[in-house]
Amino acid sequence: MSNRYIPHTDADKARMLERIGVGSVDELYNDVPQQVVFRGEYDLPEGMSEPELREWFAKLGAANNVLKVFGGNGAYDHYSPSVISHLLERSEFYTAYTPYQPEISQGTLQYIFEYQSMISELTGMESANASMYDGATAAAESMFMMVASARKKNRVLVSATLLPQVRRVIATYMKFHGVELTELPAKDGVTDFGVLDAELAKGDVAGVMVPSVNRYGIVEDLTGVADRIRAAKGALAVYCDPSALAVLKTPGEWDADIACGDGQTLGMPLQFGGPYLGFIACRKDMLRKMPGRVVGATVDRDGKRCYVLTLQAREQHIRRQKATSNICSNQSLMALYATVYVALMGPEGLKEVNRLSCDGAHYLYNQLLATGKFHAVYDKPFLKEFVVKTDLDVKRVNRYLADHGYMGGVEIEPGVLEFAVTEKRTKEEIDTLVKLMLEA
Amino acid sequence: MKEYDKLIFEISRPGRKGYELPADRYATDGLGAIPASLRRDEPLDLPEVSELDVVRHYTNLSNKNFGVDTGFYPLGSCTMKYNPKINEELASMREFSGLHPLQPAETAQGALELYWNLQRALSSLAGLEEFTLNPYAGAHGELTGLMVMRRYHELRGDDKRTKVIVPDTAHGTNPASAMVAGLEVVEVKSKPNGSIDVEDLKPLLDDTVAGIMMTNPNTLGMFETEIMEIAELVHKAGGLLYYDGANFNPLLGKVRPGDMGFDIMHINLHKTFSTPHGGGGPGSGPVGVARNLVDLLPMPRVVKNEDGTFGVLTDGDKSLGSVSTFFGNFGVMMKAYAYILSLGRDNIKEVGPMAVLNANYIKESLKDLYKLPIEGHCKHEFVFDGLADKSTGVTTLNVAKRLLDYGFHAPTIYFPLLFHESMMIEPTETESLETLDEFIDVMRKVAIEAAEDPESVKNAPLTTPISHPDETTAAKKPILSYKQMCEANN
Repeated sequence: MSNRYIPHTDADKARMLERIGVGSVDELYNDVPQQVVFRGEYDLPEGMSEPELREWFAKLGAANNVLKVFGGNGAYDHYSPSVISHLLERSEFYTAYTPYQPEISQGTLQYIFEYQSMISELTGMESANASMYDGATAAAESMFMMVASARKKNRVLVSATLLPQVRRVIATYMKFHGVELTELPAKDGVTDFGVLDAELAKGDVAGVMVPSVNRYGIVEDLTGVADRIRAAKGALAVYCDPSALAVLKTPGEWDADIACGDGQTLGMPLQFGGPYLGFIACRKDMLRKMPGRVVGATVDRDGKRCYVLTLQAREQHIRRQKATSNICSNQSLMALYATVYVALMGPEGLKEVNRLSCDGAHYLYNQLLATGKFHAVYDKPFLKEFVVKTDLDVKRVNRYLADHGYMGGVEIEPGVLEFAVTEKRTKEEIDTLVKLMLEA
Repeated sequence: MKEYDKLIFEISRPGRKGYELPADRYATDGLGAIPASLRRDEPLDLPEVSELDVVRHYTNLSNKNFGVDTGFYPLGSCTMKYNPKINEELASMREFSGLHPLQPAETAQGALELYWNLQRALSSLAGLEEFTLNPYAGAHGELTGLMVMRRYHELRGDDKRTKVIVPDTAHGTNPASAMVAGLEVVEVKSKPNGSIDVEDLKPLLDDTVAGIMMTNPNTLGMFETEIMEIAELVHKAGGLLYYDGANFNPLLGKVRPGDMGFDIMHINLHKTFSTPHGGGGPGSGPVGVARNLVDLLPMPRVVKNEDGTFGVLTDGDKSLGSVSTFFGNFGVMMKAYAYILSLGRDNIKEVGPMAVLNANYIKESLKDLYKLPIEGHCKHEFVFDGLADKSTGVTTLNVAKRLLDYGFHAPTIYFPLLFHESMMIEPTETESLETLDEFIDVMRKVAIEAAEDPESVKNAPLTTPISHPDETTAAKKPILSYKQMCEANN
């Protein structure tokens, strides 16, 4: 019995068993205790041919409703140029493993080097790693980096304006790892730095994490924050959106020690939450505390420029429990995604994406306020995402929108809706969205 | 083929572009409403290239790579099986790829059903009660599983259990995950055959032990025959058993970890369930647990409602918290489930046995020329301790590099640490007898070359785009970006 993924014919098996010197494949499992040998049936459907499989997925796909997305909250519907998926389908890229053999992995190693260069440039930091799983885990590991870099300090601060699901992952990691976590409160939609000095004065703060654009879409003003933290011998990590950094002040410009976040905004499909792309970039002095793979340039024996995995003395396969992190596989192919996206868009394209998104968001904001049914919550600068208050029945409105093919704002607090607009949304769609919400 | 070694930055020309966006038809100036003090001042030095430049550049880079589609990839412990093409196509269906993770559950019923089905399928295959699909990779699954372990003891009010036992042969992620999870690692010794030394384990099992991390078959590809005794000892001591699913492939169709007494496990969908490794991810590392641990799993969780629809749980008193921003690598899960459906309940039982048959066939065909430190039937992989004849000084590294010249990927080398010249070979079940025979022929040829013309092997590889990169300088003077490269050249 052979099938399309297992090529063994009966004749093959007979020849192989003879070479091994056993009478049956079962004999190769003779060392398995009899009481644990599985003799039942798996609770699975019968195998499907390719046409049947396609049909099954088509049926399930029809049970989904792909909407015109006006929600954000950590996942944004940016446009993905056609070229990217075609290049990612090069199977020399996607069927390779981690580049352990540099001689036959220069493709992977070079794109990671380019990716690191682009992330460094966007964030204004000196060095980036080869990727993390997602923004939240990158944030948690950035906290560990700050603790590892500090001397005998075991507390970190996180702004309450950071996305709640990112804070939840940070809290989980800190709790199990044994790092104390304190929230910096929010005030008027931004981080309340008024309490920062009092917290720093306690002398046990290894680092502070604040968002560049926060959960309300507001661009935070971090003037002077890094200096205050550094005076207390702590570090600053800025959670940021790499696409937005084409137009917003970078973590480097804010004088941060670490930049981290999610690269999904670099044109990645929403894909129901993943795969996305975590990233970490840092100043040189934190490099050896950085988790994960790092690619460096070097030369081969003929002097040819080439790329290798480097600084591996930080990593789990060398240092085991003394490593900076346990991360092994990361999101390499999504790093290629980001690299191709940034190459296509270039500096002007990234700025244009932000300009279109920002203009659209301001247009929607103004249209909503003009209806009289939505009200401003904060009067602060925003980029592509914002929050408004409403007395409308949000559940009914969002159900009505979904019935008409739209995903409305995400209700982040009772009666408070968060909207996001990307360059994919048109003025007509915005007008329709507003009209539908009033009709609901 | 012409040699290509440009960086994308080096083909940049000011004013060139590779995109086109719709015109801005809003009569608003959003960016102007953001104070200049919050906007970027620094120049943005990114490549300016045409669309064709991008396509040629990355196509040229791909030509310098070796994947499963290029050739045989017997990288031990990585399960480099064939990645079915239909799965790539299905995972990119717009009906799934266009879903926002926070859109109302009633508008994503197809995605949630697939997600729930995969949870059920893995539970059945593993012999465990429930799975979370949130973890992004194997090591992330380990970390999540250890958090479950700690949460279990915490909820019982048992705060003394701060240690986890890890075999000295374990993959590096095991002790590293334990460290991240806040556990202290206690190593248990292996016997000369690589199995856990039960006599060494017994005295370690006191009331400070949270549990043990194991894989079975172990890192040497050998089945831990005393597993039932180990499970009983650990459970009796109040600990839990964690199964590292990196080695789950040979058990498909034969053994379920839950039936061996394991309480928690992770599965690498990118190993056992055929999803591509992507040059180092994205993977997916679902974690399964026994019945008494289900409520401890991380949020969000996908559940089936009483009316047959599917929903999302975001909170639970006993839950350990969250380990992912959203649901995990959903696109990877789609591919894994497509693979499970393709094989179905009967053919999936052939996966383990055929992987084991392939591994034993290679082992028996080469053990006269390569040193086999452990006799007996291996499972999906096995380890040679270098060449049988080491007199000419040809090392495992040399053999590995010579294989590249012959069009094969190298095995995993210098792991496990138990032997000086480890060479870990895992063929997987998707390889045909003809491929195995070609590999065997080449391995034999290299062994003969090593004896007759050792310098040719030590000089390998000779046919690859680069050879013998200077890794020492790379680590001593790290150049990690194009900017740093330009600075170093000036």
